[in-house]
Amino acid sequence: MLTTREELDDRLPGAARAWLDEALAEAAHATDRPDTGTGTPDRPDTGNPPSGTGTGNPPWETRFASAGRHCGTEHADAVRALLLIEARPAAPDLARLYAQGTAAERRAVLLTLHRLDLGSAALTLVEDALRTNDTRLVAAAVGPYAAAHLDAHGWRHAILKCLFTEVPVEAVAALADRARGDAELARMLHDFAAERTAAGRPVPADLRTVLALTATPAAAPTEES
Amino acid sequence: MRIFDPHIHMTSRTTDDYQAMYDSGVRALVEPAFWLGQPRTSPASFYDYFDALLGWEPFRASQYGIAHHCTLALNPKEANDPRCTPVLDALPRYLVKDSVVAVGEIGYDSMTPAEDTALAAQLQLAADHGLPALVHTPHRDKLAGLRRTIDAVRESALAPERVLLDHLNETTVRDALDSGCWAGFSIYPDTKMDEDRMVTVLRNHGTDRVLVNSAADWGRSDPLKTRKVADAMLKAGFDEDEVDKVLWRNPVAFYGQSGRLQLDIAAPDPLHEGNSILRGGE
Repeated sequence: MLTTREELDDRLPGAARAWLDEALAEAAHATDRPDTGTGTPDRPDTGNPPSGTGTGNPPWETRFASAGRHCGTEHADAVRALLLIEARPAAPDLARLYAQGTAAERRAVLLTLHRLDLGSAALTLVEDALRTNDTRLVAAAVGPYAAAHLDAHGWRHAILKCLFTEVPVEAVAALADRARGDAELARMLHDFAAERTAAGRPVPADLRTVLALTATPAAAPTEES
Repeated sequence: MRIFDPHIHMTSRTTDDYQAMYDSGVRALVEPAFWLGQPRTSPASFYDYFDALLGWEPFRASQYGIAHHCTLALNPKEANDPRCTPVLDALPRYLVKDSVVAVGEIGYDSMTPAEDTALAAQLQLAADHGLPALVHTPHRDKLAGLRRTIDAVRESALAPERVLLDHLNETTVRDALDSGCWAGFSIYPDTKMDEDRMVTVLRNHGTDRVLVNSAADWGRSDPLKTRKVADAMLKAGFDEDEVDKVLWRNPVAFYGQSGRLQLDIAAPDPLHEGNSILRGGE
């Protein structure tokens, strides 16, 4: 669960709060002209980072990149999520932001997807993250957005990926709902357990947790995501 | 003992190296962007490399308890290849990233006009982004290259105390320190410098503004050379505080000028009494 603006205001020191106010104001004008670093008649160049750094992207994106050093790495996910929610980038812009992002920025995008009314347009970002072996990205990818939009095959492989990379399955949103009555997932888990046992290696405790969930009969479909 | 390797190319190293470095006391490092041995043929190849220095490599380092930061730049060799120079236009969007603590490696390889242009442009980028610069000094014609490098720094908007001149040796250390820049020494198995010569340099020139690195990469090199220098210093009579200054506090002070170092490392007693967490540019 991401920290709210009110909680952040309580935790951030004064300078960081002021920085966040300015950053959110810039995000609210996300469609402004790109930051060319040279200034324009109606937007003078201050020559002072983070504005005026000539990235070619909207100024709020420079705020997005620099959230860690201005607000502390422990608050960076929450700050970046607030900026995304304020800026509401369209799916192509969000894909570019993700592609140009550090691992920390990509994680923040993944954690916020379900708050951005994107439909299934951002599914490629989840798929990209699930191809990595960076557990911070894998864990962020299996949130509510993945639960709502990953197809059955992709979702089952996401579960296996968590087990392989030791991402705790508590990170998986709607785990019980999607696992319930999933005979194919149960087969995959049994096969994985057999492979581990044959190798003399321990079977992850999380595997048994998920396996137990698959044994519950499927309920009628719901709107829940 | 805590060690900060201010110049090491971990992309070229194994997880065994990470483990051995941790076991030797390495708790933080800076990985400068450089040549890959095999020449690149397009800017996109740089972008994937930069992304790895901002994504996968810090993750690998974190698995072994080591804080990873990077410096980004178009390196001196490839500044001569017109297929690669468009990287300069993309650098601004990379230089705003949280874990980028300097522009680098920049500098001279063969001292060509193209290298002059790239060096000047990137010193300016460092000034624009509030970053220090890591400047490689050339392996061939080193003293002339160092002097030309110092001239380029003087002509730039970057103050000398925000510049680290690297790969120095006995013939270049005096000019480098006199320029007001920081002085970096790469300790190699065969070339550049070895640990005993490094101790002599420290005896003759002191420990102020001096950094020691392994510069380990895909060539014959040793990621534990920082520790070996620390051991050689102790054996030669330097005390633990002096070792900590050269192997930890000096690199923290230099890269801390970026305001972007994130080091949550327990400090050894009694050097920083009452302060168990060192963070930012402290």
